[in-house]
Amino acid sequence: MFVRIPVAAMLGLFFTGLFFFIAIFAPLIAPFGYDEVVSQGFWDPPSSEYLLGTDGIGRDLLSRMIYGLRTTIWIATIATILSFVTGSVLGFLAAVVGGWVDQALSRFVDLIMSIPSLIFALVILSITPITVGVLILVMGFLDSTRVYRLARAVAVDITVMDYVEAARLRGEKTGWIIFREILPNALSPLVAEMGLRFIFMVLFISTLSFLGLGIQPPQADLGGIVKENTEGLTYGIGAALWPALTIAVLAISVNLVADWILNRTTSLKGGRG
Amino acid sequence: MTDEILKVRGLKIGATIYPPGEKARDIAIVHGVDFDLERGKVLGLIGESGAGKSTIGLASMAYGRGGVELTGGSVEVNGRDILKTGIRDIRSLRGGEVTYVSQSAAASFNPARKIMEQVTEAAILHGKFGRKEAEERAVTLFRKLGLPDPENIGERFPHQVSGGQLQRCMTALALCPEPDLVVFDEPTTALDVTTQIDVLAAIKEAIRDTGVAALYITHDLAVVAQVSDHIMVLRMGDMVEYGTVDQIINSPKEDYTKALVSVRSIEHEEKKPTSEPVLKVEGITARYRGTNFDVLKNINVDLHPGQTLAIVGESGSGKSTLARVITGLLPPSAGQITFNGRTLTPDQPSRPLEDLRELQMIYQMADTAMNPRQTVGTIIGRPLEFYFGLKGSEKQKRIQELLDEIELGSGFQDRYPAELSGGQKQRVCIARALAAKPKMIICDEVTSALDPLVADGILKLLLNLQKIEDVAYLFITHDLATVRAISDSIAVMYQGEVVRYGSKSEVLSPPFDDYTDLLLSSVPEMRLGWLEDVLANRKMESAGN
Repeated sequence: MFVRIPVAAMLGLFFTGLFFFIAIFAPLIAPFGYDEVVSQGFWDPPSSEYLLGTDGIGRDLLSRMIYGLRTTIWIATIATILSFVTGSVLGFLAAVVGGWVDQALSRFVDLIMSIPSLIFALVILSITPITVGVLILVMGFLDSTRVYRLARAVAVDITVMDYVEAARLRGEKTGWIIFREILPNALSPLVAEMGLRFIFMVLFISTLSFLGLGIQPPQADLGGIVKENTEGLTYGIGAALWPALTIAVLAISVNLVADWILNRTTSLKGGRG
Repeated sequence: MTDEILKVRGLKIGATIYPPGEKARDIAIVHGVDFDLERGKVLGLIGESGAGKSTIGLASMAYGRGGVELTGGSVEVNGRDILKTGIRDIRSLRGGEVTYVSQSAAASFNPARKIMEQVTEAAILHGKFGRKEAEERAVTLFRKLGLPDPENIGERFPHQVSGGQLQRCMTALALCPEPDLVVFDEPTTALDVTTQIDVLAAIKEAIRDTGVAALYITHDLAVVAQVSDHIMVLRMGDMVEYGTVDQIINSPKEDYTKALVSVRSIEHEEKKPTSEPVLKVEGITARYRGTNFDVLKNINVDLHPGQTLAIVGESGSGKSTLARVITGLLPPSAGQITFNGRTLTPDQPSRPLEDLRELQMIYQMADTAMNPRQTVGTIIGRPLEFYFGLKGSEKQKRIQELLDEIELGSGFQDRYPAELSGGQKQRVCIARALAAKPKMIICDEVTSALDPLVADGILKLLLNLQKIEDVAYLFITHDLATVRAISDSIAVMYQGEVVRYGSKSEVLSPPFDDYTDLLLSSVPEMRLGWLEDVLANRKMESAGN
């Protein structure tokens, strides 16, 4: 099956795999600790000892980025899973049960979605203690509204199929209809969406950290590292560009993989892409 | 100018397919077909799905549908090979010299524009007429095609006319630019039987009056016999037989053609009602939520154990709604249903499992009636597990028994629906219904999406299973040939009411009420001159007019 992978997907798979590998084995790969001050100077240029140089207070930039990547990926993954489980289960439920359940859920989601999610998140985070748990909950909850919309739309198309009616006439419970009749058929658009939502989570947490309401120092994620080093740009020091570039490459490569999955799985069903 | 409009020689058509998990490969759809067509003549192309009829029809406009390629041979229209000319030339040909009438007029008209604009568009675009002349011609054609109010019907939008009228508008659209050749691709297949005959008559007359040549594509031999001069029988991209209509329907040479001509040869002895009916529908009246119109009005029918009750009617007559009421998907506003001696609760979720098990359903589209992500084994196995708690090898054994009963044999358990043919899919749906050991099965148009020969096999299977399992069928259909083949009693429905009900022999023998007469007489018969006879003897206008 690996013979027919297109070049773009191959590149995406390679970088996605690489990033996840680095994230998992960060303590083994990083040459120094994430908050270890290794140099007396600040913003040292890249050298054989510090491959990407050091940051504003003399920590090894590469090590810090490796740990930052770990934080970013970890938070984005958990938040994505949270938003998917909540969003898709509620979305399927709304489509299958219909009636007032559908109305109540859908209108509530409309209400949440009418507020820009970044502003919503900033408001919540400014009145709650900022911990990793709260961050994940807020991100997962806000994003689950989008997953809900997609899951409901896909499931509404599927619930009108005769095989769902046949299952209902057989007397099946809602659980069977959701997990056995609808879920397998809704999976391919959802999996592709999962990749996209993961990217949005990466961007979301990076943005929050950049604005100072995400991961708190001395811990850092990629967005936080960009923030720490932006001042350097004024002096012509490009340290902030490395984490920014990493965010971009991560986003693009996951996107390429998601695209490929979408194409592959839909062609199994007779092709929509 | 010669009289020869279309000359096809050695036409080969291929396509590239992409089977999942395998390498893409090229397949041949049509392997070298020859035919000629003269001005004023109609050639009927007939065959089952996949025979290449539509593909050949479109090739006469030098067009291949998504991924289809014209790989060899020649297609000459008015003496020039259109497979070799450039796109500019083809553009002047399509919609000008050669026009096309598709199966679904509703899907082919632009819903946002008035009919007149669309009917005259091609004629004006090709510079055949100015706007005024084109509109005059359109009105003439509307009149010729028997459309009501021909002066003003063009001002309506497509949704404001009926399906049969829209199909006639499309014929006007095709004839408006004075083409030399019109390709009719199943123009009456989607219409009700009583509407079909009006459209058919209109098309036939329009072809004769305008003197165009026409390719008439259909799967219904009886229909093509009414409009064509010659018939070409196709099977899997090869020509099987070619001849005049008379020759094909009265003295076919090839076995395949003989099978097509003699289809629906099932003999079914009518059974007399015996004991208590298994299903008793009394005074059922129903309407859909949010409407103020009764879709069913005071329906009373009985179904006896081990017998078949056919519900016959056109689309919109309420047949399928009756099935929804019986299954409890649409609770009725009045009346009651007794099933197996027990009164059924009106809504399905409140019914005991026993009632659900004994009342099964088979759908029209086997494609959407099976979950594409479940194997045949899971599809048939689920009712066994759900109703009888069968597990493991016991379940496997029963699944295999059911597969044997539907004549599929071993090796099908692990297949997915996408890996089955249309007929096999419907068989699996039958097995799923049988797995519940039902007392009664509702069959909702189960054969109408199938090719005639395949449908015949399904009907024989159903009759056979009825003998073995002693199950009753409520058979919903619009096809009277099917009714004759399978039913013991018949209910004719018209606009939500049962207009005629009784045993098969009673319902199908005169004297008829006006609607039953119209319905019975509208079923195309495989003989020359049938269309003219029927139109001369009709008592009642069809509803789609």
